[in-house]
Amino acid sequence: MRQKNIKTTDVLIAGGGPAGLCAALAAASLGAKVVLIDENEVLGGQLVKQTHKFFGSEKQYAGTRGIHIKDILISEVEASSSIEVINDATVMGYYTEDGIVTYIKNDDFYKIKPGKVIFATGASERMLPFPKNDLPGIYGAGGVQTLMNVYGIAPGNNVLMIGAGNIGLIVSYQLIQAGVNVQAIVEAMPKIGGYLVHASKIRRAGVPIYTSHTIKEAYGQDAVEGAVIWEVDEKWQPIPGTEKDIKADNICLAVGLTPATELLWQAGCEMKYVPELSGHVPVRNMYLQTTLEDIYVAGDAAGVEEASSAMVEGRLAGYSAAKNLGLGKDRADALIQDALDELSSLREGEVGAKIRKGLEKIIV
Amino acid sequence: MRIEQHPVLCFERGNKVSFTFDGKPMEGYENETIAAALHASGVKILSYSSEKNHPRGFFCAIGKCSSCFMTVDGVPNVRTCVTKLREGMKVETQRGKGELL
Repeated sequence: MRQKNIKTTDVLIAGGGPAGLCAALAAASLGAKVVLIDENEVLGGQLVKQTHKFFGSEKQYAGTRGIHIKDILISEVEASSSIEVINDATVMGYYTEDGIVTYIKNDDFYKIKPGKVIFATGASERMLPFPKNDLPGIYGAGGVQTLMNVYGIAPGNNVLMIGAGNIGLIVSYQLIQAGVNVQAIVEAMPKIGGYLVHASKIRRAGVPIYTSHTIKEAYGQDAVEGAVIWEVDEKWQPIPGTEKDIKADNICLAVGLTPATELLWQAGCEMKYVPELSGHVPVRNMYLQTTLEDIYVAGDAAGVEEASSAMVEGRLAGYSAAKNLGLGKDRADALIQDALDELSSLREGEVGAKIRKGLEKIIV
Repeated sequence: MRIEQHPVLCFERGNKVSFTFDGKPMEGYENETIAAALHASGVKILSYSSEKNHPRGFFCAIGKCSSCFMTVDGVPNVRTCVTKLREGMKVETQRGKGELL
């Protein structure tokens, strides 16, 4: 379809998860006209499957379950007359020549010209290399959460969880809540990576957590039937003779996420590989403005972190983008400072050490 | 495999929907995706890989990894993990890259 009049807006946001929703609300609160594009029917990104209660402070909805934070943010977005939501649509690209963003909805192709763009495109799940890792029944942790918490379908009867970071622990607990047996959690690191409060819940439920172990291979004919795990030494080398056989009709891989940065690459933002942020991420300033001055990034696309940080980054990017359009002059600086302070406090201590190290490498 | 009782969630599955999988009549719900409905009915193999003919199921369930491609109403490479089920859909196991119409 040919579009005669190209629509304009102040701020266009790609991605309606925690970062994108907060970015939309922040920019709109300073008087920006916002278009929020999301590929799903329902906004909320991965919050739609997060049944656990959040940490952080009140401003980041601590004590509230992710699924309810989603409802709060969506109702605020719906109540705002300055935010237009375009759902079930895929952003295709950003063209620096004329600052146009293209997207597809219902097989039609559209162009839109925003003042600023915020890419809040999230992350995708990591795979782990091992023999027969492509057997049906080997799912990513997000996939398991979608099946179980969005559609109410058990991924299997006996689950083997790979990864004892927060996602592995939380999803294991959610499986138990859903009445599914978790056979074991396998973690290659010598200690549990996630918060102890989550790990204790799992231990109390009687699920063994094998640290310094990894998966040797999966087996099964048409679908996974089990896996062999083995111990690794301090140099990550597997120790022959330590194999254990674990029967499972579902292996859940909670081995991390990687930033979904396709659009940032395509737009031409300078990118850098930062392992602490889980992959290639855009170089930016402390206000989340990338090396292309009209493009901002927020949330997991800027580096994989908790959803709490994604929400604050969304606000930071939203306020900064609006400010640079000359909006909210009386309030923008104070709101930006608040968001920066909140981010510093979320990234304090031992838990935030890795993220802080990563950010040092990428913020210019 | 459907979860009927949950301490935190209640599932709004919507109306029942009839569809076919490789010609066999199946049932699912209108608020779920093709891959979810198939999984609930015990179907885990969605396709066979193009090079080694390995059985493949879904992986990420958010439309990013391409592991769930199936032929739906004659169209190959449909992301069944994000495509909602509709009455009368003809869902088929995909072999390799699928045939262009």
